[in-house]
Amino acid sequence: MPDGKLFGQPAIRIDGRAKVTGRARYPSDEVVANPAWAFLVTSAIARGRIRGFDLQEARAVPGLLDILTHDNVGGEAEKPQPMSGGSTTPTLESDQICHDGQIIGIVVAESFEAAREAAHKVRVDYEVQQASASFDSPGAEEEVREAGEHKDYQVGDAEAAFAAAEVTIDARYGTPTQHHNAIELFTTTCEWRDGKLTVYEPSQFVYGLRGSLAKQLRMEPGDIHVVSRFVGGAFGSKGGITARTAWIAIAARRLNRPVKLVPTRDQGFTIATYRAETRHHIQLGATPDGKLTSFRHEGWEVTSRPSQYNVSGTETTARIYACPNILTKVNLVHADRNTPGFMRAPPDTPYMFPLESAMDELAAALNMDPIELRRINDTQTDPATGKPYSSRCLMRCYDEGAARFGWQRRDARPGTMRDGEWLVGWGCATAAYPANIGPAAARVTLSPEGRARVQIAAHDIGTGAYTVVAITAADRLGLELGQVVVEMGDTDLPAAGLAAGSSHTAGISHAVAKACEGIRARLAEAAVLSNDGPMAGLDPASLVLSAGMLRGPAGQSEEIQKALGRAASGVLEVYAENLPKGVPPDAMGKIYQGQMAMSRGHGREDAITYAFGAQFVEVRVHARTREVRVPRAVGAFASGTIVNPLTAHSQYMGGMIWGIGAALHEATEIDPREARYVNDNIAEYLIPVNSDVRSIEVIMVPEEDSQVNPLGIKGIGEVGIVGMNAAIANAVWHATGRRVRELPIRMEHLL
Amino acid sequence: MRPFAYEQAGDSSAALRMTANRGASAQYLAGGTNLLDLMKIGVAKPVALVDIGPLRADHASISVDADGLHLGALVRMAEAAEHPDVLRDYPVIAQSLQLAASQQLRNMATLGGNVLQRTRCNYFRDPSWHACNKRDPGTGCAAMDGVNRRLAVLGTSAHCIAHYPGDFANALAALGAEVTLLSPEGTTRRILFEELHRLPGDTPHQETNLHPGELILGFHVPAGPWTRRSLYLKIRDRESYDFAQASAAVALAVVDGTIQQARIGLGGVATKPWRSHAAEAVLQGQRLDEALAHAAAEAAFRDAVTHGENAFKPELGRRTLMRALLQAATMEIQPNA
Repeated sequence: MPDGKLFGQPAIRIDGRAKVTGRARYPSDEVVANPAWAFLVTSAIARGRIRGFDLQEARAVPGLLDILTHDNVGGEAEKPQPMSGGSTTPTLESDQICHDGQIIGIVVAESFEAAREAAHKVRVDYEVQQASASFDSPGAEEEVREAGEHKDYQVGDAEAAFAAAEVTIDARYGTPTQHHNAIELFTTTCEWRDGKLTVYEPSQFVYGLRGSLAKQLRMEPGDIHVVSRFVGGAFGSKGGITARTAWIAIAARRLNRPVKLVPTRDQGFTIATYRAETRHHIQLGATPDGKLTSFRHEGWEVTSRPSQYNVSGTETTARIYACPNILTKVNLVHADRNTPGFMRAPPDTPYMFPLESAMDELAAALNMDPIELRRINDTQTDPATGKPYSSRCLMRCYDEGAARFGWQRRDARPGTMRDGEWLVGWGCATAAYPANIGPAAARVTLSPEGRARVQIAAHDIGTGAYTVVAITAADRLGLELGQVVVEMGDTDLPAAGLAAGSSHTAGISHAVAKACEGIRARLAEAAVLSNDGPMAGLDPASLVLSAGMLRGPAGQSEEIQKALGRAASGVLEVYAENLPKGVPPDAMGKIYQGQMAMSRGHGREDAITYAFGAQFVEVRVHARTREVRVPRAVGAFASGTIVNPLTAHSQYMGGMIWGIGAALHEATEIDPREARYVNDNIAEYLIPVNSDVRSIEVIMVPEEDSQVNPLGIKGIGEVGIVGMNAAIANAVWHATGRRVRELPIRMEHLL
Repeated sequence: MRPFAYEQAGDSSAALRMTANRGASAQYLAGGTNLLDLMKIGVAKPVALVDIGPLRADHASISVDADGLHLGALVRMAEAAEHPDVLRDYPVIAQSLQLAASQQLRNMATLGGNVLQRTRCNYFRDPSWHACNKRDPGTGCAAMDGVNRRLAVLGTSAHCIAHYPGDFANALAALGAEVTLLSPEGTTRRILFEELHRLPGDTPHQETNLHPGELILGFHVPAGPWTRRSLYLKIRDRESYDFAQASAAVALAVVDGTIQQARIGLGGVATKPWRSHAAEAVLQGQRLDEALAHAAAEAAFRDAVTHGENAFKPELGRRTLMRALLQAATMEIQPNA
């Protein structure tokens, strides 16, 4: 646990003013000289091939500059390599069409409007084949997911234990297709200069984007510069590279002129990733006093034809509750769809819904309070591997959350808590997310004015990462927040990993802290070695930086500028790399090469590291018309050290709000015959509006964990959404007596 | 971007003249909250827009007199929704507007434009879908066996199940409103608002009975002993900024507990603004209770036809109407002046 003064104190975002005044430059705002504008042509069929294009009308549009198709650029770039799951679908490499909305052409013109007009005039002659939309579609191919990136668990004999159990739950659940729909679209701007490429693109991993692009374009990574200073929402969708980037680079090279792409909202549904629909079969066996004796969880996930992408949330569900017999399995279903990818708590959001619903069903079957059922099955040891949790405060979360929510006033019988015409229901569920951490490097420079500059190719995807870096540096250097300048989101800076998996704060804080420690050590050494001054002859390890001074153990002090003068003739610069426990020795090098390297909460040798939470929801269901509303929700979370409670509160709250949308509103609708997305816009793809979000309370349960990492940081970006699906479904059951096992829960399920 | 001409008309005669000069695919532009969207997504392709904004000078008044409520076509949705006389005497009108769209849209959109808004059927709104009889006559209907949860169950045909998405128009239909139209020749006619929209039949692309170039000037809602005891109930997936899955416009004249007259409109469930004369007939002369409300709801949806995903809509529609009726019956109101 850090002993600093700024760590853990609420701080407003250092980039907040720039963002609200429009001075923050998002990638598509970056100024390039005389850009041409690209507009994507996307397929109107999900499966088949392109017989040919009629480009005559498009070419006649005034201002048209170029049209890229597989005919003229197909061989110039390789397919991108997704972060996970192997191969993906093609775009301009060939005449093949493998999903709805696939990029099949790029029109470039003098203006956005001209490019759009010409794109709409591109005529495509398709050879149409019957496409498979999803589960149960003719032609969809199911296979068992091989253990590799994700494992299956077999402990004891779950089947026999289930057969012998006195109380059982055996149920199937489903979650829908969802799209991130960040406000910022999937923009790309490419500019060539002397054979070197600069890419401005919103990214959760600038070095990853550079590394992948270099392979695709057969270039040296060092000849590519990626800039992503601000990201207008990502939620996983900007983690891996997509096909568009290489083609925009090629378009810019062909024209010898910068090219800007701002795709449309509906194109965002098909040119990037999404959360695939899932299905689940859960079997719980328990003793009459509530002890779990058997846990089986089988999942099915949709992916594209060539991809093995899967989230395998059984990695989490297998280790939430003590249970002697565990069996998990995951299946993939290949359909004619774009390749799915990371979306906020990718495994845990869809997989914890069935587990936490089933636990609620079990509590009802046992006539037991759902919190008590969790308490009876709480554990400090991971039942799947036998390893200890580095820390686990799940029941403290339940207790604090329940007290705030008023859970003891709940009448357990469903349908009994009525308020006039409204049926009232209270539900709860466990949230859990692995505490991950990646390697990172940072450079810290102390200037003669006593100001610090921190450089790290980290990513602020709206989470407050700039501020976290500034807090860490100011805390360690004994400076005010305003005395620290932070540069991020640029491959000219020291590398940081993927801003995903709730790992970023932990990863970058340690790197920045390490570089700051380097500064302190250099100042201290110079101070103790000098012939004069108050620190001469002291043990350098005993000196600290605080409140603008270098201080000794007996109250000796010297201004930091003066200390700097002893250590350097001008500025003092320290570069440091942090390699967290659980990553291989070459992990930092991998990050520089653009590959992912992360220590995962369920992958360490010494311990299982997870953040936990307990989520409570009140729903109201109209007795007659059955619409569902959420007047209040309480979430209590224990995620180790909280660097900035202000932005942490926003993160938790945002996760909970998204959870309301996930449980009640969000679903991408797919035409079952043509495998095409139908509601590909945010008028018809519903997310909560302000009046759907009433009282959201966040409790941060203090938790110290020196084993997870030196600063005790577990990460908070994802755990806030994880329990919401089930908490809402459980509350709907409590209100109505109806158990809805398919999301989103809508009025037609309750009529 | 498709090139189009833009002209601004200073008054109604200029608007008629400009539109006539531009030919059949010229369109009037008022608030633009629906038409401009449809142009951007390639569904509406007018060669010319005639901006009738300046006509607000003559056609944006709101007045209530013994005859009823008079609303100019260019009144903004927000103006009518917040007008004290409308709120007092025609709450169903105010609520149908207040529950629609967002404040920003209500500040822009006009009443005349609002009643002409197009369906939200996604197959209609995305021209990359080939089959849409409403957008391209004779191409078929992709929605019948497709994603159709929001689509209509009343007034459908074998050619189209697109729903009419608006709210205000259902209140107008229920209250027996009239609409005043100005013909290109400069003459005006008044028709029942219920007759403004057409059923899809085998010509779903022809949505209204407006003559080419004809301009809506305003609406007249007749006074009646039912208007104060009126409400608009809108049931939707989220709390605000969402189209109705089902809605009900209800107005009751009740004397000593007996319904003298009832006016019933339905939204979110039909292909056009919908008045349910069948439900009204069930209610007339009866005392409202759960059973009567149920009978009226049954009558309202007797002819419903569903297509898979929207199979829940008749039941939701019935419950919505029942809830609205029972709520209207217990409203505290001032007797009509």
